[in-house]
Amino acid sequence: MPAQDVRELRIVGFLCNWCSYGGADTAGVGRFSQPTDLRIIRVPCSGRIDPLFIVRALLNGADGVLVSGCHPRDCHYAEGNFYARRRLELLKRFLPVTGFDARRFEYTWVSASEGQRWQHVVTEFTRRIHELGPAPNFNPASEMDWNALALHAAQGQTCPCHG
Amino acid sequence: MSQLDTLKSAIKDRLGELECVIGWEQGYDPLHATPLFIRTEADLDRLIIGPLAVHNLATYLTAYKGKKIGVVVKGCDSRSVIELLNENLISRDDLVIFGLCCDGVVSQRKIRAALPADPGFVEAVDISANGLKITVAGQTAMLNMTDILADKCRTCQHPNALISDVLIGENRQSASSTSLACQEEFEAKSDAEKFAFWQETMSRCIRCYACRNACPMCVCRDYCIATSRDPLWVSQDNSPAENFMFQMIHVSHLAGRCTECGECERACPVDIPLMLLRRFMNKQVQDVFEHQAGTDLEQTPPLLTFKVEEERINERGW
Repeated sequence: MPAQDVRELRIVGFLCNWCSYGGADTAGVGRFSQPTDLRIIRVPCSGRIDPLFIVRALLNGADGVLVSGCHPRDCHYAEGNFYARRRLELLKRFLPVTGFDARRFEYTWVSASEGQRWQHVVTEFTRRIHELGPAPNFNPASEMDWNALALHAAQGQTCPCHG
Repeated sequence: MSQLDTLKSAIKDRLGELECVIGWEQGYDPLHATPLFIRTEADLDRLIIGPLAVHNLATYLTAYKGKKIGVVVKGCDSRSVIELLNENLISRDDLVIFGLCCDGVVSQRKIRAALPADPGFVEAVDISANGLKITVAGQTAMLNMTDILADKCRTCQHPNALISDVLIGENRQSASSTSLACQEEFEAKSDAEKFAFWQETMSRCIRCYACRNACPMCVCRDYCIATSRDPLWVSQDNSPAENFMFQMIHVSHLAGRCTECGECERACPVDIPLMLLRRFMNKQVQDVFEHQAGTDLEQTPPLLTFKVEEERINERGW
C-alpha cells in the first residue's frame, strides 16, 4: 500500500524475535498491504522491553508506540511475556497521570503464523494514531515557547496542594 | 513515663550490642529536626520524637548492611523497613526496630506557607496536641495541627509501626479518609492540562537527585541508571523532557515498591509535587495486583512474579 495521502507519523514498534517479528514477516511474505508509519525494533523477547523504552520513545517524539510479543503461554523463553504483561499493563494505566495520551501506547500478542492478525493490528493502530495526530513535544518547540515556559515556571506553584 | 522516656530507656537497654541507633534530634533551629546517630548514652539526651521528626530513617539502613544497628520508625517508615526486608536488601538479624505509634508529622512547606513572612531563624516552638506555637523575632504565631499536617498523614492507614522489636506508645486510629482533594483534582484534569503542568514543573527541576537520595527504596546509589553514561538513559541536557525522563525512571523503578513515605517530595528544593505520580502509580498497583508495598513480610513485589491467568488484566482484543 502506498503511503497514505497524509503526512507519515512516527510509530515505534517493539517486536519479539520469535513470534511478532515472524508474524510481521509472514504478513510481508503473504503480501498483505500495510501502512508504512511503523518502525520496527526487534528485541529477543517481550520480557526484554523495559517500560522506560516506551517512555523514552514518547519523550523523544514518537507519535505512537506499539509492543507485540508471543501470546501468553507461547513464550519462547517460557515466561518472559508473563512479566512483560504485568509491566506493560502498569505502564498503560500509569500514562494518563503524565499527560501522555494512553491511546498512543498499545501492547498486544501476535504469533509467527498470524500474518493477517499482524496486518489488522498495524492498520488499526496506525489509524488510531492518525486520528490523534502528531504528538505534542514535551520540550518547547521555539525559543519564544522556551521563554514563555521559563516565565510561567518562575511565577511559582500551580499545584493546588502546595499553597 | 512519657513516650520519649520509654523510648530512651528501651534504646539504652539495647545500645551496647549495636553499632548505633538512628533517631532524630533538633536541627539548626527548634522548628527543624535532623537525623541523630546515637552511639553513646550521652547522645541519647538529644533524641526527640513528635510531629517535627519527619525523616524516614529507613533510608540509611542499606548503608549499614552487615552491621548491627537500631532504628526508630514511625508507622509509615516501618513499611519501608518491611519492603527492604522483603527484597532481601537488609537482614532482620542485624536490625533492632524501635516502633512508634505516630500522631502525624508536620509539613515544613505548609508551615512556611502559613507563617506571614519567611520565618528565618525560629526562636522557640511549643508543641501541643492542637498545634505549634512558633516564636519568630519576638512574635508568636499559633498554627493548627490540622492545617500543617503532612499530606501523607491525612490519609495514613498505618500510624502504628507494623514491624518492631519494641513498640512504644498506645495504638492510634488510622485516618478516616483515604483520598486527598489535591490528588483527585489533579487526576480530573485533561491530558493536555496535565501535560502542560508537567512541562512547566519539570522546567523547574534542577536534577539535584535529592528525591532519589532521600528515597528509602532507591538502593542502587552509585549504580543508578539516571547517572550512568553507558547506557545513557538521561543526557546532561537540562531540558524539561530529560528531567521528566529522570522522574519516570524513579517512578517506574518504584512501581509496586513505593511505600508512600513522601520523602521525595519533602526533599525537593523546588517544590515539585512528586507524590502525584507516586500515589497514582500505587493506586494502579493496588487495582491490578491488590498489592500495597511494605504491609506484609511475606509478599513478593508484584513485578517480580506473575500469574499465568491474571484476574485483573483484560487482554484487549483487536
